[in-house]
Amino acid sequence: MEIDYAKIGLKVGLEIHQQLNTKTKLFCGCPPALFKEEPEITFLRRLRPTQSELGQVDPAAFFEFQKGIKIQYEANRATSCLVEMDEEPPHPLNMDALEVVLTAALMMNMQPIDEVHVMRKTVIDGSNTTGFQRTCIVASDGWIKVGEKIIPMQAASLEEDAARKTGTEDDGKTIRYRIDRLGIPLIEVATAPVIYSPMEAQEVAFAIGRILRDTGKVMRGLGTIRQDLNVSLPNGALIEIKGVQELELISKVVEYEVQRQLGLIQVREDLQKRGVKPEELKEEFIDVSEIFRHTQCKVIRKAVDKGQKVLAVKLPKFGGVLKRDLMPNFRVGTELSDRAKFWGRVGGIFHTDEMPDYGVIAEEVEALRKAAGAREEDTVVFVADTAENVQDALKAVVERAQEAIDGVPAETRTAKEDGTTRYMRPRPGAARMYPETDIPPSAITSALVEKIRLNLPEPAAKKLKRLMTEYSLNEKLAKQAVDSEYGGLFEVIVKETGVTATTVAVFLTETLKALKRDGVVVEKVTDGQIMEVFRGVGLGEIVKEAVADVFVWLSENESKSLQDAVDALGLKMFSKKELAKLVDRVIEENRQSVDQMGKKAFGMLMGIVMKEVRGKADPGLVTALLREQLK
Amino acid sequence: MSEKAESSGYKGEALSALKKAGCQVGDVIRVTSNKKTYEGILIPRSETGDSNHVVVKLKSGYNVGLHITPNTKIEKVGKGAKPSFASPELPEQKPELPKAVILSTGGTIASRVDYRTGAVRSAISASDLYGVVPELADTARVKTEIVFSIYSENLTQQHWSQLAQTAAEHIRQGADGVVIAHGTDTMAYTAAALSFALQNLPVPVILVGAQRSSDRPSSDAATNLIGAVQAATRGPFAEVGLAMHETLSDTSIVVSRGTKVRKCHTSRRDTFKPVNSTPIARVKNNEIIMLTDNYQKRDAAKNLVLKPEFSEAVALVKFHPGLDPAVIDWHVKKGCKGILLEGSGLGHVSRYCFDAISNAVKRGVVVALASQCIWGRVNMNVYDTGRDLLNLGVIPLEDMFPETALVKLMWVLGQTSDTEEAKKLLKTNIAGEFSPRTMPEEIGVDGEDADGN
Repeated sequence: MEIDYAKIGLKVGLEIHQQLNTKTKLFCGCPPALFKEEPEITFLRRLRPTQSELGQVDPAAFFEFQKGIKIQYEANRATSCLVEMDEEPPHPLNMDALEVVLTAALMMNMQPIDEVHVMRKTVIDGSNTTGFQRTCIVASDGWIKVGEKIIPMQAASLEEDAARKTGTEDDGKTIRYRIDRLGIPLIEVATAPVIYSPMEAQEVAFAIGRILRDTGKVMRGLGTIRQDLNVSLPNGALIEIKGVQELELISKVVEYEVQRQLGLIQVREDLQKRGVKPEELKEEFIDVSEIFRHTQCKVIRKAVDKGQKVLAVKLPKFGGVLKRDLMPNFRVGTELSDRAKFWGRVGGIFHTDEMPDYGVIAEEVEALRKAAGAREEDTVVFVADTAENVQDALKAVVERAQEAIDGVPAETRTAKEDGTTRYMRPRPGAARMYPETDIPPSAITSALVEKIRLNLPEPAAKKLKRLMTEYSLNEKLAKQAVDSEYGGLFEVIVKETGVTATTVAVFLTETLKALKRDGVVVEKVTDGQIMEVFRGVGLGEIVKEAVADVFVWLSENESKSLQDAVDALGLKMFSKKELAKLVDRVIEENRQSVDQMGKKAFGMLMGIVMKEVRGKADPGLVTALLREQLK
Repeated sequence: MSEKAESSGYKGEALSALKKAGCQVGDVIRVTSNKKTYEGILIPRSETGDSNHVVVKLKSGYNVGLHITPNTKIEKVGKGAKPSFASPELPEQKPELPKAVILSTGGTIASRVDYRTGAVRSAISASDLYGVVPELADTARVKTEIVFSIYSENLTQQHWSQLAQTAAEHIRQGADGVVIAHGTDTMAYTAAALSFALQNLPVPVILVGAQRSSDRPSSDAATNLIGAVQAATRGPFAEVGLAMHETLSDTSIVVSRGTKVRKCHTSRRDTFKPVNSTPIARVKNNEIIMLTDNYQKRDAAKNLVLKPEFSEAVALVKFHPGLDPAVIDWHVKKGCKGILLEGSGLGHVSRYCFDAISNAVKRGVVVALASQCIWGRVNMNVYDTGRDLLNLGVIPLEDMFPETALVKLMWVLGQTSDTEEAKKLLKTNIAGEFSPRTMPEEIGVDGEDADGN
């Protein structure tokens, strides 16, 4: 289905978050690094919604608090100190990070703020040990040019990254978070909502990403950049989609979201045609545990065996609606199920639109419908879990079903790897911010701004021309180098190792892209390691043909050296002495031909020697030795 | 800006520019300079901030500081709305619950944030407290009183007296427990002072504070307060205790004896540690678990003995290499009646101070000694220096750490002006400040490390 996005009035705004590659975190001396091992330190906390003068409390946060949700934090000594544990006040703002944000802001034609004030933005889902995220606005009101269009940039902020969720326990009542990521500096840049098609959203994100990379001070790899999208349709709603990690996914996420909203608008029209009224959807839950006492459905069986409950609710005149597709592998029923998971901490829901299935047999469905008093045109939703969880889950189901009569509910969603989105939480109210009094304001003096302005990275067009003239790259390769995440590294390698520019550029762009496509996790190899490999090429320790193999090996064997790779792959080069000996032997073995052909034997001998050394000798050196011996 | 301007923290150029424009904190203002315009609510300035920036809260919620130059234009766009907050209705007091009195000394145990201006306001009436810490309504019938509103570092002996008298009054009126909300910096001094001033207690008196301010969602204030109220109203003991986090987790609160507890870390939640002692009780999952048999029992029939006098003529002299003995002479000359020496190791002060110490003792000054090691007991019989100090008349204070020893000396000299009587009282165990035995786990590291496991 071809959609005319301009006609349906699609509007998209972007918020891009990118981790900065500074030496330390934003408010302490810890390195900005993650850990994979078991945690060395754990501690358990509860976060309490603080009351505002306006009496506002974040509904999701307050609900979690009432349910007694606890947070188990995980840490290790290498990546966190007392600051991330909220056991020590923050240290002063990391000025290197502030300079990176200023650099990016000036590249986006923004106006720096005169004096930066760090704020506390209340976030009590546990992702911040303090219960707030520290954030500050650094510059505002800029623009970038994407193609021929001017995209207004609203603001550039500097903030601390949050802890990362690693799981839940105890029927969902304890959430685990790892605090290694907490405090890593993030730049956030936001565009105005002036993007009108999925592809344009992707292009703008790409343009912003390139500017951020051009600062040379941002992290690379999966999880270091997160794109949030604000997508709205006139008859739909403003939906905030969090955490799109892959740039290539943005257009798909927007397309799917448009599909979802159009689908929900269709559902609204149908429900209204059927004459469904919100008040007909009642929070009347029927205990149907008895019906499933001997069920073959594994999920329900497990719950019943544990003494938990199966409760059902009737959705009048909803027959067939829940099985309607909204996105790939995502139906209206999934919308209800996501709400039930969030508010009721259950694994999912069952509904009669998809029955009999999952081991639930026709007799059980019949009994269930009868118990719920459901007629032909009604749907029955049922859930198995603890009494409390089931109650909360079905309440959420009824609420979501009522919203379907009105169309698309405004909410915050999270992006999945396939481009679809899932319910994350209700839209938070106005940001609740108050000053971080532990950190004094930092003035951005005009001297600092001028210093940064004079040292701005060169714009992409200028860089393209320079790479072509300075390194004799062809236009295609130069363009790839400019667009590449490794654009900065390219010049350093060429300058320091003396390896030809084309070799380095081809590897850093085309070869890496191909390796990534083949499933090599290229982020695992550090810039330092790539440098070491090319230094090896420059010194003749390995041949350039072996670079890709070494790289793949290093990506699979973390924190190893070039030497380890050379040993493991049997790439040790012949020394000049060994090579001379080999050349002598080959000449001896072919004495007859050599005597007959004289210097004309060179080609044949070269072939024999190169075959024997199999990539472990520099052809130039072999040529020189052979010529010498043949004299 | 009106005369109230000065309290807004603004001064210099910023203040006069705001005055000229007739803007007050809370007003919506527009600031224009170099063609760039910002609009938002005028926010108070930190007193340590410079004099040429104005702070504005933008619509997005962010505060920004704007540089004020002669070319900056400030306009008042709208009048500030007064933040309004209706206190939640007082929930019905459950008659079956025990009566707790919460005395406040100035720390904010509960507060609200005005997100409009960023101001943090303390909530201290009983209804405010219930609103912020709803669990209290199921724990006790709470009565609150603000005794004073000052930072804990500004408390003196006079405040200890007043606090002891106020607590005594509430106990005599039938409170089932008293909780005192206190800034943590000098909370242990107050705990020791009350331990000596409130004797033969019928019910517990529990001090409580917070290491993370109560405006933040991660604050330990509410958890500590709930634990303190539970310990005060339901604990089987009747002593002055101090209740705070046991670990970095929000799972347990421990109550330590008022004379045996010390702030040991600048910022951690579990900063208070029992010194040369173990905690009295742990509050976990709403239960009170006694951790020792050695405590004074709760008994409503007991007659409280109030002795709230403290001397102000007492000094602490910490010995260090190179200490000038003239410091001791100076205190004596100033009319000091008691000197607590914070000696090194087992209880030593260099020989070059002996003349000054001897002179002090001769003039009737009570000179006592506690160790700067904090953990362990002084023993002045082991080395010559110690024996010589004993001969000079210095009184060794066993396993009391210096802060409690100092408070006790102040209290003793508040009870008597007779030197001999004072010395006797100083050596008498009044409130568990001396313990006859020191156990291996009593050191400031995790128990499992202490014995090498």
